[in-house]
Amino acid sequence: MATLTLRDVKKSFGPTAVLHGVNLDVRDGEMIVIVGASGCGKSTLLRIVAGLETATSGGVIIDGQDVTPLEPADRDVAMVFQNYALYPHMSVFQNMAYGLKIRGMAREEIIRRVDEAAKLLGIGQLLERKPRQLSGGQRQRVAMGRAIVRNPKLFLFDEPLSNLDAKLRVQMRAEIRQLQRRLNVTSLFVTHDQVEAMTLGDRLVVMHAGHAAQIATPMEIWARPADTYVAGFIGSPSMNFLSATLMEGGAAARLDTNGLVLPFADGPRAGAAGRKLTLGIRPEHLQIGTGGLDIHVELVEPLGGESVLHGRLPDGTALTARLPGATYADGPMGVILPLESLHVFDGETGKRLDPRD
Amino acid sequence: MSVSVTELADRTRRRQRREAFVTHACLVLGVLIFAFPIYLTIIGSTHDVNTIGRGDVPLVPGGEAVANYTQAWGVGGGRFMGVPAGVMLLNSIIMAICVAVGKIAISLTSAYAVVFFRFPLRMLFFWLIFITLMLPVEVRIIPTIQVMVDLNMTNSYQGLIIPLVASATATLLFRQFFLTIPDEYVEAAKIDGAGPIRFFLDVILPLSRTNIAALFVILFIYGWNQYLWPLLIVNDRSMETVVVGLTKMIGSGDSQNEWNVIMATAVLALLPPVAVVVLMQRWFVKGLTETEK
Repeated sequence: MATLTLRDVKKSFGPTAVLHGVNLDVRDGEMIVIVGASGCGKSTLLRIVAGLETATSGGVIIDGQDVTPLEPADRDVAMVFQNYALYPHMSVFQNMAYGLKIRGMAREEIIRRVDEAAKLLGIGQLLERKPRQLSGGQRQRVAMGRAIVRNPKLFLFDEPLSNLDAKLRVQMRAEIRQLQRRLNVTSLFVTHDQVEAMTLGDRLVVMHAGHAAQIATPMEIWARPADTYVAGFIGSPSMNFLSATLMEGGAAARLDTNGLVLPFADGPRAGAAGRKLTLGIRPEHLQIGTGGLDIHVELVEPLGGESVLHGRLPDGTALTARLPGATYADGPMGVILPLESLHVFDGETGKRLDPRD
Repeated sequence: MSVSVTELADRTRRRQRREAFVTHACLVLGVLIFAFPIYLTIIGSTHDVNTIGRGDVPLVPGGEAVANYTQAWGVGGGRFMGVPAGVMLLNSIIMAICVAVGKIAISLTSAYAVVFFRFPLRMLFFWLIFITLMLPVEVRIIPTIQVMVDLNMTNSYQGLIIPLVASATATLLFRQFFLTIPDEYVEAAKIDGAGPIRFFLDVILPLSRTNIAALFVILFIYGWNQYLWPLLIVNDRSMETVVVGLTKMIGSGDSQNEWNVIMATAVLALLPPVAVVVLMQRWFVKGLTETEK
């Protein structure tokens, strides 16, 4: 149990800058999920915390102590790898005990700790098996057990669920979350899966091109994404974006596609008339109705209780809607944009524009 | 077109029997070609010296086996009434085991260094090792002899063994194997606090045991069959290896060869490599079947 602080962590591989200065404060016992597309630097960030990579500049502080110059073994962190990295020639017990053995812990204490962790994870009857005799979910549990027995200050998870099939992934996700709450260990969890991120994290770090695009709670990120990247990344299907221009006085925007004027429900935005805007609306917020946008539906995906409709505006812009029921057909259709569900972003920088006070 | 099912099944059975016969005939022929000379050797080692001396090639065992093998093992024979086979076999076994173990130890550690450590000129060192593959022992034999003479290592086990220990082939094989070991093992070990030597002993060695067993077989036989190098570096006949000793037992010209003793020695020389193959094969087939994932 510990706090973790990242102070302006930068990393370059040769001339390629991968991280452009990440700052993060993790509270004691908090579960932080680092999420982003591949190549955004999320794994590099985790590996810098673990000490497997050295940051080009910046510092890693665990529990108030600057561990930047320390070796991984001296940082008191435990890591769960994507492929679990269980040693194939060692039994489950030996795998879990290895770190303790190297630290010179007494045999009885090792046995006690491994038994305790095995009981917690429900793998007590597997201790004598070799990793190849285990299923994916069991290997995953052993990998977690190896981390737990160390009783470290920090858990690091590097996409640990991506090698599991879909059903097991959902189950293990819940187990990891329960376990983390029960043990109350400060954790960093890296994933590219936004559902995993939303369900696991106390807070999320959405990474984009080496920057932390937004650090906030899952609901905060969903409700008030900091920029168009975060808005498009979190939420499924992705948010729709429409280009628009700010009207005189900043109280409304005019859609570029059909000239529709949409007054802002939450107050006027700053800027001169004609300022370029991007309006965002989540597919689930669109409603059927006339007087909004006319779309031509090209594909209907029924999901049971609801359907996802993929359509196009007359100018070719794609628009996705998630509507209740399953009685939809291809062809023309009208949708309206509820004003209170609109997200307003700057048209050039993509940053969120909040109402001026 | 109206062929009954039983008729079809019958045809299939006949065809399979015919194919099995052809296959086995080929295999038996192959075995005969390989085994017949060895059979002749074994038979020859059980006759007295005059039977073979007359030019007969007997195909059935004679009654002199005990006498021949006793002489070969304890006294020796041939042109110089040379070295007992027991001594030569011991020399050969020491040399082959030391060469095999030494080669494996050196290749394991050098491959470990080349794969898992980052140091300046790493690839240069790797290629330096690699290009020695291109130079067979015979090419560098004169300078190697000179070095051994300068170091006073002629007529010694060191002289027999050390120049043969460096092995680019084994280094290359271990390197290729190490490259298939996932980086995560290294990283997990770092986080667990295992240093390079712990990691080598606890993870790399156990994972390599199959490769080590296979290489040991190959390298033992390589060491056993060495001819030119032991012939040059050893003059003291009590240091002679069995392969060299065997050829020295055969005289040239009109001399009367004790073929019975020579063949008995040859059979004795055959046994240790066969034993190594049989014993180690069981070991590495076991390693191959339980592939680690």
